[in-house]
Amino acid sequence: MSDNVFMAGYGGQGILVIGNLLACGAILEGHNASYFPAYGPEKRGGSAMCTVIVADSEIGSPVIGRPRVALLLNQIAMDKYFSQIKPGGICLYNSSLVDHLPSQRDDLCLIAMPANEMAYEIGNPRLVNMLMLGAYAEKTGAVRLASLKAGLELILPERNKRFIPANVEALDRGAAFVRDSVAAAC
Amino acid sequence: MNNRLFVKGNEAVAMGAIEAGCRYYFGYPITPQNDIPEYMSREMPKVGGFFLQAESEVAAINMVLGAGAAGGRVMTSSSGPGISLKAEGMSFMAGSEVPAVIVNMQRPGPGLGGIDASQADYFQAVKGAGHGGYRLIVLAPWSVQELYDLGMLAFDLADRYRTPVMILGDAMLGQMKEALIPHSYHRPADLPEKDWVVCGKGRRNHANVVKSLMLKDGELEAHNWHLHAKYDLIKQRETRCATDNLDGAELLVTAFGCAARIARTAIDMARGEGMKVGMIRPVTVFPFPSEVYLQATARTPKVLCIELNNGQMVEDVRLSVDRQADVRFYGRPGGTGSLPTPEELLEQIRKHYKD
Repeated sequence: MSDNVFMAGYGGQGILVIGNLLACGAILEGHNASYFPAYGPEKRGGSAMCTVIVADSEIGSPVIGRPRVALLLNQIAMDKYFSQIKPGGICLYNSSLVDHLPSQRDDLCLIAMPANEMAYEIGNPRLVNMLMLGAYAEKTGAVRLASLKAGLELILPERNKRFIPANVEALDRGAAFVRDSVAAAC
Repeated sequence: MNNRLFVKGNEAVAMGAIEAGCRYYFGYPITPQNDIPEYMSREMPKVGGFFLQAESEVAAINMVLGAGAAGGRVMTSSSGPGISLKAEGMSFMAGSEVPAVIVNMQRPGPGLGGIDASQADYFQAVKGAGHGGYRLIVLAPWSVQELYDLGMLAFDLADRYRTPVMILGDAMLGQMKEALIPHSYHRPADLPEKDWVVCGKGRRNHANVVKSLMLKDGELEAHNWHLHAKYDLIKQRETRCATDNLDGAELLVTAFGCAARIARTAIDMARGEGMKVGMIRPVTVFPFPSEVYLQATARTPKVLCIELNNGQMVEDVRLSVDRQADVRFYGRPGGTGSLPTPEELLEQIRKHYKD
């Protein structure tokens, strides 16, 4: 299995957490993976972005110019990265915070996910990131949901481990969205 | 995960250091290397080691000098502006032959510059950041695994040659995460005893002295010839370099550290298009693997040097090949949003491959 992904949004949306988790899950499965973050000095707000590469061969550059998949969690990320997604790739975006696409592209699989509303439904607006990652895993098969769930134990600091059940539920809900939604059928 | 861990580069170098017996860390925070002091502050007490956040970089490096002179395996870490402040202390350590390990997770400059990946401190690292004419052994890892492995090796080299050793990383290597296979440190059997340390006279009938001030007639010149001979020995014995597909190459691409990581993918893409591209990656940038370049360019007289700066290592490449090869350069000086991509480097490889 190999894949490469951009994840981007506001600082505080948990972009770096899901990037970390994807790479960790892939390594748990015996693949190689790299996680490379780029963020500003702000604790919240500002922009957060990371690149994750999953491969079975040795990983060269942790940086890529054109990802196969992008998880875009707000309009700023959409405006910045939409055009960079490789033709034939996947754009999975948070339609709660993205109101328009920057250009018309017919060469992508576009999946609009109302992740903020879905997060409110399960009781915690901070689960947007896990919903998106669950959807990604289901859509691409790059990593198993079980590996992501196992990875939560490894990447979360002790103080946040009490949130694991909620995160697991969000991963499952995100995956179910892709399975059940017409919007994801491309 | 069998025995593979998922680790951040900054943590890997600290893990390697502790495994190699580093028990003293003195530092002062600066992005993008803060995970190193954070890790050390958490883990050093668990192994009976000592962590101290000093009041400044200058204080920290002088604490390193003191601990090294007393025989401890000691380390500090910083980035760009902080390394400049430590330069005086590094010169003092080189002059008084105190072993220590200094990590520089480079950020772009000059001045405060930025907090992203850069290789702008190559000159500073290999030509001597401080005054007086000295050398550091400079190791240039390109992966999380190598940060760990070279993090161990650095202490052996420092002790073997009684010299400060620098690990020259950068913001990309420090902050990225990938798989790491940890392993046990084995102390080389032939490492010299530290019979020169200043930690009390004990049963010796003389006092050891560690100093860099030499005012007696001829004393300083003799000392500098001694250091010079030591650096020559280091060049003979400790040059490390990774090469790949040099035979039959039409173009040699060379890069170190994070630039080599990005170039690695670009080279694979170029080979996919049928281009015969060899790769030379210095693992030590002092001593510089000049001989590798000299031999490789005897067969392939065209080199493209890629760096995250506007041309520093390329000067050493040119000196190494002594005009027998055409040495080209591509670089970007770094900053937010200024990392080259493999696609961009592939363009450069295509261009220089053709003409």
